Amino acid sequence: MNNTGLIIQREYLERVRKKSFVITTLLMPLFMIILMGAPAMIMLFSTPDHNVIGVVDNSNVVFPQLKGNELYEFIPITGNPQDKVDEGEINGYLIIPSDIEKGSSPVLNLYMNSAIPIELQSSLSTQINNIVETEKLKEYNIQNLPDILDSVKTNVKINEVRLDKEEGESLASNLSFLIGMFMSFLLYMFLIMYGQMVMTSIIEEKNNRVLELIVSSVTPYRLMLGKITGIGLVAVTQIILWGIIMAFISTLFLPAILPDEIVSQMTQMRSGNLDIAQTDNYDMLSALSLLTNVGFIIELFLWLILFLVGGFLLYAAMFAAVGSAVDNIQDASQLQSFILIPIIIALIVSVSIGNAPNSALAVWLSMIPFTSPMVMMSRIPAGISLWQPWVSAIILYVSFGLMVWFAGKIYRIGIFMYGKKPNIKDLIKWARYK
Amino acid sequence: MQPLAVKIQMLEIQNVSKSYSGHQALTDVSFKVPEGGIYGLLGPNGAGKTTLIRIINHITAPDSGQILFDGHPLTQKDVVNIGYLPEERGLYKKMKVGEQALFFARLKGMNRNEALRELKKWFEKFEISEWWNKKVEELSKGMAQKIQFIVTVLHNPRLLIFDEPFSGFDPINANLLKEEMLALRDKGTTIIYSTHNMNSVESLCDNITLINKSKNLLSGNVDEIRKEEGKGRFALSFTGSTENLLSAIGDDIISHELIVPEKNVTDGSTQLILKLKPETSFRDIISLANNIVELESFSRALPSMDEIFINAVKNANQNE
Repeated sequence: MNNTGLIIQREYLERVRKKSFVITTLLMPLFMIILMGAPAMIMLFSTPDHNVIGVVDNSNVVFPQLKGNELYEFIPITGNPQDKVDEGEINGYLIIPSDIEKGSSPVLNLYMNSAIPIELQSSLSTQINNIVETEKLKEYNIQNLPDILDSVKTNVKINEVRLDKEEGESLASNLSFLIGMFMSFLLYMFLIMYGQMVMTSIIEEKNNRVLELIVSSVTPYRLMLGKITGIGLVAVTQIILWGIIMAFISTLFLPAILPDEIVSQMTQMRSGNLDIAQTDNYDMLSALSLLTNVGFIIELFLWLILFLVGGFLLYAAMFAAVGSAVDNIQDASQLQSFILIPIIIALIVSVSIGNAPNSALAVWLSMIPFTSPMVMMSRIPAGISLWQPWVSAIILYVSFGLMVWFAGKIYRIGIFMYGKKPNIKDLIKWARYK
Repeated sequence: MQPLAVKIQMLEIQNVSKSYSGHQALTDVSFKVPEGGIYGLLGPNGAGKTTLIRIINHITAPDSGQILFDGHPLTQKDVVNIGYLPEERGLYKKMKVGEQALFFARLKGMNRNEALRELKKWFEKFEISEWWNKKVEELSKGMAQKIQFIVTVLHNPRLLIFDEPFSGFDPINANLLKEEMLALRDKGTTIIYSTHNMNSVESLCDNITLINKSKNLLSGNVDEIRKEEGKGRFALSFTGSTENLLSAIGDDIISHELIVPEKNVTDGSTQLILKLKPETSFRDIISLANNIVELESFSRALPSMDEIFINAVKNANQNE
């Protein structure tokens, strides 16, 4: 009967036309992009301050070999260094003791008029270590020492290659972990937000007493299905719009503002020609290349929609049963906790299994329907056998079928029950009515 | 098509029973609603009227018994022929009036254009066209009631069910509604009018069923019921002492103490309504009264539905 269609249409249009829907749909992706891209952008575009560091070199060995860069300039100073800081001549100073070559772990004090940048600290300690080590070696009077030192210099970089993936498809594990967590959190948000939307809308209908009018034209079961479908379509619309906006930003907008050098490195990386030893921002590059890899994003997105819809349908049926049973939101909270607990467990598990996507716990929870949408989504980016998400999805959709049948039985009794605060036992009793 | 030999009832309630956990809502209720006219479904609060209406609307199913619509068992498809105004009025608060009316009309099987045309007609008739784009929450209760009424009758159903339609209406709008109800009846629509307020029943209803505590107490034509209940009931107008008259008539003649003396201020006359025992003839009473008071008129007094209702419920409760 096309009456279910009418219900779906009403539920859908009513929500999609709301200002709040339009605003969250438009602003959320921007917000997410900013959140993800901000650190990288700051790194790329910020021009850090130029610091002048005064060096009081009592050893007379270290300073001549100290190398500055565009961020830090080292100058020798004499007299009271504090006065020079006060005059603004230098930003800070380093005092090198005369006996620096004696001990094995000397401590140097670096005085700065602001927070000490970590790069400065590590660069200084590396440089001074090298200088002091070289000086110490010189005392052994080894011939051709500089040549020997040059020839033993080694610089090891670790490149991760996945055996279960084709070349070029590899994904750094910490990155896949982040993406998995992000998607599982997205699902968590959607399941609760849209599930509760179903519940409140049913409670509202009950309080408005519109129900009686509708139920005389549509059976309660169809009304419930129509409502769940309508609101589910709103969720899908929102996530698809988000996807489109994000895809637009990452394919068109991001490359346009990235420096040419990085774009070319990304292209090299994708074709597998990038010489990793030559790059020092490998992590950022792989993240950026992933964000701009349309094929990968689409594949992930399709899985996300499949599990989002399945998870939503399953949970919405439960939320509908609870909504039909109570008279107001306050009464709903207790019954609702039975629904929220598995969602929260799923979120916690998704986060904690990130580093072990193929552990027994992860595999099982990604098959059990109540936790499967979120746990599976957190595993997929890590690259798992393809049969697993398919089996999980089938289990999920079958469970939805059973759940909606059960919820429908509660719903048809619950919507005409007023004034009584039911518990789980009552709900099961209602479901048993013929 | 062959004309039907036997006139089929619009609606036939056959031995309908329904119970909720620990509570009997309807016990073996049967009656027939003929096509056309207004059928009163009467009874005190909680008698089971709303449950019966819900069964007729296919919202819930009876435990036993059945409903025949046009001679066939009622199905979901028949619901498009029914318009239902529930006692607890309900509209979506956040939805715009016009859109909402359109939604309900389409739920009842009207197509969009047809519904728009009819809605426009009704909105003009009720002079509420400017409400079309308002949200229901912006309307007053009485205004929302009008919308609800339009939504109920819009699809020109053959059977209309009004559950306490006048509650919440001011007298002017109540009168408007009453006129609309009569107009619909004149057009041939069958109306079931459920109420516990008897005042309007005599002027509106052709037939009634009286339900009390889940049982059907009384069914039939309003005039016939009143005649039946009014047997041996007379109104006596006189001037003189009421006490003397009453003591002269005595207990053995009057079976019911249904006496409502009313002092008429202008001419000082008194009216007394007597219910005689079946064996008493009113000639005896006239000759008896004539000796004691100055008689002015003596006539048959039909009981009001209000009185019939109260009596029937009282008797039923006593007999339990």
